[in-house]
Amino acid sequence: MSEPILTRMGDGERIAMTPSEIREEIAKGIQNAAELARIPGLTENEADELFAIIAEPGRVVSVPHGHELIVTDDGIAECFAGTEADGGSGVSIGRQASVLSYERAMAADTGSLGHSDYSFKPVKAILDVELQSYHNISMLTTAPLFYGSQPNMGQYFQPDGPFPNPADLMPAGKIKAAQQAQEDAAAQLCDDMVYIGRELNAMGCEGFNFDTAGSTGDAEFYATLKAARQLKRDAPGMAVIIGMASEFVLGMHGEIAFDGQQLAGLFPHDQVKLVESVGADIFGPAINVDTSKSFPWNLAKSLTMVKETVKRAEIPVHPNVGMGVCGIPMLLEVPIDCVSRASKALALIGRADGL
Amino acid sequence: MPVTHIVAAGMGGIRTAGDLVAWMQMTRRMKLAEAKAYVAAKLGVTVMDLVDEDVMYPLRKELGIGTVTPEAGGPEGILAKRRVADLLEIEINSVKRFRSRFEN
Repeated sequence: MSEPILTRMGDGERIAMTPSEIREEIAKGIQNAAELARIPGLTENEADELFAIIAEPGRVVSVPHGHELIVTDDGIAECFAGTEADGGSGVSIGRQASVLSYERAMAADTGSLGHSDYSFKPVKAILDVELQSYHNISMLTTAPLFYGSQPNMGQYFQPDGPFPNPADLMPAGKIKAAQQAQEDAAAQLCDDMVYIGRELNAMGCEGFNFDTAGSTGDAEFYATLKAARQLKRDAPGMAVIIGMASEFVLGMHGEIAFDGQQLAGLFPHDQVKLVESVGADIFGPAINVDTSKSFPWNLAKSLTMVKETVKRAEIPVHPNVGMGVCGIPMLLEVPIDCVSRASKALALIGRADGL
Repeated sequence: MPVTHIVAAGMGGIRTAGDLVAWMQMTRRMKLAEAKAYVAAKLGVTVMDLVDEDVMYPLRKELGIGTVTPEAGGPEGILAKRRVADLLEIEINSVKRFRSRFEN
């Protein structure tokens, strides 16, 4: 079998590769992940299985009977009603109609609600609105309903927030001041997230999603872990998901530690142990996509990291499979051939508990 | 994109038993296989039945835990979730708050 197989680049461009080229890309992707995260690679059988999934002739592929998993929602259920640049449909309906359509017409395992800015800082100012919306919708939904938001600590720095901006301080050589600004912002962010979480819990929130945690680096991940621990103590009946922003924690602070563990540079198989330790219920690793590499390379890399994470985890692992992570090309209208192959491979080879 | 994930690998939500398995992951931190086995045992079906519409639609209707095609006057939303909480022997936060309003 040497006929070219249609696949894509990490930026979504359609390409054709020979079977041997695809196998080579898979091997290189596995090697990249193993070297970066210092973990075992996929087995030969798993690499063969991945090749078979990528080479399937159908445009859309799916898992065999009995291998289905849970698809958790992170802000998509309301997107029919939104005009977000990364997936809003712009239909002139409200959030309630959107979430119910997602549950009943799309057969989603869970739904969710979130502020259109999808960051905690703006939620605080309109929390009563969000509480009312969530409450009304949760009376009508049957599937679990999350409230999701991003810690997005960058909004706490000048000019958008009160704290000096580390991106200004660091180039000026003011490293200690940059670290202090991040610690101060993390403390405020943590307070805000705990406040919002407590209020949601008191209203009856079923699940709380810290989405894209660590996007501003290690201090943001620190704030997220601290807030999650506090919320699981104050509100044990509200499920908590922590989903990550990238495959390793960026060392924007560089020295901040949580329970004695330095956070900068942690890969998903170590991130999950901290997430477990604070009492969170589900972990969502995010493996970066390299747009200059092929889809087989990116998916092989993601599977290698996800498999090791699942192996070490004692809680469910739901990899993030949105645009630009876990093999999904970085393209606004993501190609469904890649999406369905990533779903299938993460279920069968990554052994994920959900997506 | 999420619809593709749902079709390619999802359990099917309230069409089948996806919501029930999700509840077990959320409330008991169960991994996928354990959550499926727990739900199947509570429903008295096999794990394979959990994603079989032919089994799950009539069963959900019989148990009153909500169906994707709702019946007028049939249980859905918070009423269905109340029965799900009882069936799976879990605490669902929204149901707990809802119940508390009747007790006070």
